Amino acid sequence: MSVLIYTENAGGKFKKSIFEAVTYARAIADQNNTNLVAISIGDVDAAELAALGKYGAEKVLNVSGEKLKNFINQAYASIIAEAAKKQDANIVVLSNTFSGRGLAPRLGVKLDAGVADGAVALPEQNNGKFTVKKTAFSGKAFAMVELTSTNKVIALVPNSYKVTETGGTAQVEDFTAETKESDFKAMIKEIVRSTDKVSLPDAEIVVSGGRGLKGPENWGMIQELAELLGAATACSKPVSDAGWRPHSEHVGQTGIAVSPNLYIAIGISGAIQHLAGISSSKVIVVINKDPEAPFFKVADYGIVGDAFEVVPKLIAAVKEYKASA
Amino acid sequence: MKILVCVSNVPDTTTKITFTDNNTQFNTNGVQFILNPYDEIALSRAIELTDNGKGSVTVINVGEVTTEATIRKALAIGATDAVRINAKPHDAWYVAYQIAQYAKANPFDLILTGRESIDYNGSKVAGMLGELLDIPSVSIIKKLDAADSDATVEREIEGGKEILTIPYPFVAGTAEGVAEPKIPNMRGIMSARTKPLAVVEPVEVKTFSEIISYETPAPRGQVKLVAADDTAKLVELLHTEARVI
Ligand SMILES: Cc1cc2nc3c(=O)[nH]c(=O)nc-3n(C[C@H](O)[C@H](O)[C@H](O)COP(=O)(O)OP(=O)(O)OC[C@H]3O[C@@H](n4cnc5c(N)ncnc54)[C@H](O)[C@@H]3O)c2cc1C
Ligand SMILES: Nc1ncnc2c1ncn2[C@@H]1O[C@H](COP(=O)(O)O)[C@@H](O)[C@H]1O
Repeated sequence: MSVLIYTENAGGKFKKSIFEAVTYARAIADQNNTNLVAISIGDVDAAELAALGKYGAEKVLNVSGEKLKNFINQAYASIIAEAAKKQDANIVVLSNTFSGRGLAPRLGVKLDAGVADGAVALPEQNNGKFTVKKTAFSGKAFAMVELTSTNKVIALVPNSYKVTETGGTAQVEDFTAETKESDFKAMIKEIVRSTDKVSLPDAEIVVSGGRGLKGPENWGMIQELAELLGAATACSKPVSDAGWRPHSEHVGQTGIAVSPNLYIAIGISGAIQHLAGISSSKVIVVINKDPEAPFFKVADYGIVGDAFEVVPKLIAAVKEYKASA
Repeated sequence: MKILVCVSNVPDTTTKITFTDNNTQFNTNGVQFILNPYDEIALSRAIELTDNGKGSVTVINVGEVTTEATIRKALAIGATDAVRINAKPHDAWYVAYQIAQYAKANPFDLILTGRESIDYNGSKVAGMLGELLDIPSVSIIKKLDAADSDATVEREIEGGKEILTIPYPFVAGTAEGVAEPKIPNMRGIMSARTKPLAVVEPVEVKTFSEIISYETPAPRGQVKLVAADDTAKLVELLHTEARVI
């Protein structure tokens, strides 16, 4: 047997969440004394592929070709499933990205595999049982899920496993797999990716604003603070419902769940639905003028004060810290 | 156009999640169940797309008799008819398998699910259904425009979006942006009582996953408050104590 990791690329490059998933898959391979094989589909150059060796992949299967340049869920699933069979891989790991969430269920069906989406820790393997900790109830809880099938598909949540470099090198091989005409029914017309902003699901730091900011015209200071910290911007649901910010920034139970190292909540009350989406954040800072705001109960650090006074001062303090560092 | 909307019955978003039996069972005591918010969006879009006699919307749920209140709500919002597959939804695979059996026997042009169920959040049913029916599936869409033989959808990707054209039939998991959730009106509520709700027995299928136990996130310590005029102190704490900047 072996472990297969699908390494999704974004515009030909691998993101940190992929290195996390490779590190994680390496650890699973070690648990089972076996090899780790990576598979990349699309247009990724040889150096980028070989670098996956640093995180523990022994071999990288490179699948390229004009038709496969961009993510087509069905076709990619066919290729990954075939690679898993050829490599005798009974564990397939992916990153729980938007695309990964489309692939994992299709792979599960193709491979007769139990699927653990939203995994946040290494599987526990003992007495023949294979159990994975995954998020449940929109971040309000975790479930320990036993996968009882021989084949298994696991999708790891970004920012939940630490990248470590083993210093190895990977051997890169071309791989071709059969695809069916019907795998290409969905056609991509356009891809819009903003490259100048940190994307919210990947972000290590998130600066988030709520209704306390009064209106979209006041987001300048949120963006400035985010830029200084290399952070993504986010918001509460009423903010995106009102059209102050795009829906893609709305975090919470009915929005995006994030697990950054640092979540800074400004003018957000801390409703249970909001907290669900951010409870996996490592450190939470709350700035709110109401000392009774529920958010303070789950915060690590807090400032009771008016955002319009505190945030500009915080920006100044970060600038000062960066100048002295 | 014939549209099938998969609906799940989930704890209300305000529910504080607790467990019983040594953390092995979800504590449903006092919990109110609702139509999954994302499924409400899917249903609302399906109704818009079939307005004025342009088609029909069937809602389907895999659940025990207790989910019928949620199914009736979907009918009140405007679904044409409903199907309940009479079984406990063991996991996403079980649910997808049952729905696929039904959809094989009763073909649809478009199958919509929510982006995820807010209880088990797998985002899995849409993709599994697509694979079982051997048709395209697209997860997490923010926009859906239907033409005669295909639809154009906007899919969320990290830091952007992707626009795809997909011929019918296909499966899509919907998120906010696809439609404003519709609220049932009096007429809808009245007519929901008499709309057809078929109960179908499940087929047997082997499952591959079991929930063994649950955990709740570890409680955080007491918040450390910093004075409003001492933001430098906060920056220092984040650097030296929390080590996050
Ligand atoms: C089905 C359902 C699903 C939901 N899902 C989500 C979800 O996924 N995500 C989500 O966020 N919400 C969700 N909600 C909404 C949620 O219940 C709350 O209404 C929402 O989170 C409140 O947003 P807010 O904190 O920005 O606004 P408010 O509750 O209005 O809070 C504003 C806060 O700003 C503070 N404030 C005001 N002025 C200032 C100032 N000058 N300086 C500093 N602080 C100030 C106030 O003290 C207050 O605490 C959902 C609700 C429902 C019913
Ligand atoms: N028991 C169920 N019956 C019908 N549809 C369901 C059921 N559970 C989940 N779904 C559908 O599948 C979607 C995704 O669910 P999940 O894969 O559990 O995140 C939901 O938004 C529903 O549309």
